[in-house]
Amino acid sequence: MGHILIQNITKEYVNRRRRPRNGEDNTRDEVLTVLDNVNLEFQDGEMVCILGPSGCGKSTLLRMIAGFDTPSSGQILIDGRQVTAPSADIIFVFQHNGLLPWMTVWENVELGLRNMQDEEEKSAQIQEFINMVELAGFENHYPSQLSGGMQRRAELARALAVNPEMLIMDEPFNGLDFLTHMKMREEVVNMHEFIAKTTLMVTHDIDDALVMGDRIVVMGDRPTQVKLVRKLEMGRPRNLDRDPELAALRDELFFMLGVSYAV
Amino acid sequence: MFKPFSARAVFNSLLSFGTVLLLWQVTSSFSGWSSQVFPSPTTVFNSMWSLIVNGTLLKHSVASLYRVTVGFYLAALLGIPFGIMLGRMLLMRDMLNPLIQFLRPISPLAWIPLAMLWFGIGDQPAIFLIFLSSFFPLVVATMVAVSSISPVYFQVAANFCFNRTEVVTKIIVPAILPDVITALRLTISIAWLVVVAAEMIAVQSGLGYMILDSRNALRMDYVMVGMITIGIIGVILDLLMRMLGNIESTSWAIRKH
Repeated sequence: MGHILIQNITKEYVNRRRRPRNGEDNTRDEVLTVLDNVNLEFQDGEMVCILGPSGCGKSTLLRMIAGFDTPSSGQILIDGRQVTAPSADIIFVFQHNGLLPWMTVWENVELGLRNMQDEEEKSAQIQEFINMVELAGFENHYPSQLSGGMQRRAELARALAVNPEMLIMDEPFNGLDFLTHMKMREEVVNMHEFIAKTTLMVTHDIDDALVMGDRIVVMGDRPTQVKLVRKLEMGRPRNLDRDPELAALRDELFFMLGVSYAV
Repeated sequence: MFKPFSARAVFNSLLSFGTVLLLWQVTSSFSGWSSQVFPSPTTVFNSMWSLIVNGTLLKHSVASLYRVTVGFYLAALLGIPFGIMLGRMLLMRDMLNPLIQFLRPISPLAWIPLAMLWFGIGDQPAIFLIFLSSFFPLVVATMVAVSSISPVYFQVAANFCFNRTEVVTKIIVPAILPDVITALRLTISIAWLVVVAAEMIAVQSGLGYMILDSRNALRMDYVMVGMITIGIIGVILDLLMRMLGNIESTSWAIRKH
């Protein structure tokens, strides 16, 4: 499972306007079209990176795929079935910290496994996922006692523990310092190679997309349409400076996003 | 973290209490007022000792504490779940919030005539007044706490397929606990304020009654003993409530800062 088909998705928000009292103004409420007829298809197991200017509706698209939001028209099919509500098959990693601050790392990771009957096996699995993101020794720490990078890793462990069919990450590296960003990028790539689940990621960092993505999607400004879909066939690790194809794509992406020369 | 008993804190508070006592003693010695009108601290502490020894003070304190405890627990048991409901159900909040905001500013003391008519003389009217004084602040505080929980946590709950019970026990309750404890701390002092006033009218025991009775007997030293006891018990109640905030699972909000 993990094939996603997005058909003719449109999302509109209605901005209710305040009208003058005399009633002469007959203009209609302003309709804000965030997504305009978006069509996309992602294959099972792909790492998809979505780029675009801020406010273009990338997050809205992710939220609709996860079932938190519904499109105004069109449909989203996952393995042929329409998305209607959130489910544990698609785990969403939030832009801002989604760990529950009143639970320890252990308890947070346990959330996805809480219905397991066998206590011993459950503990073993929780420990396995905590070790996997290298947080051993921090099981009893609360999220507020961890650094930003550790919080993201803990959230990743919690997401993976559910054994979801798909992972959705909304700017997962937001607010991390440079080095942590690089490490997390590598960890997510390794994790994806390891579990081979469809992973969707919104980012504003073009290099993230070039290094990580199996497929890069660029979205334009509002009303948002898809400007580019490119499948990247080259293997990893990728070197942006030495690979001429990647370097060319990088320039193209910068240009497309409004920066005419890459600094 | 709140540490009421560090050496520095204890020393500083003893210093301020000592200064006030000293000022009191000096004023009463040199003001020229008779000790019937303005008793000195030594007179008051002598009277306090005699009231402690003959058991009067304990009896009245226990009577007051009993009423506060019952009224306050009732308010917490009903008010907090009610507040959670209002915080989560928009329709109920729209319907009931104006009613609550309308009833809230009416002083519990204004209910005294009705309370006496409905419940007669004894513990019940006092308990009813204490309940009224704590119930509305608790409902409002809980409601505000629930409606300000970050929607991300509810999305996490939906993502992990929480059922209704789990949403309440794993998201709502832990999320509002720090705010609710602050509210409990504020309301217990309101309840303690109200019990004294209530006891001045409808009952034959309690610290409020003791103060009123001493006034009628023109024993200002007993009046002051009553006031001091009320203050001491108030401080202890506040300390107990603050300790609740130190329990590990509720202190996440403090660590956050």
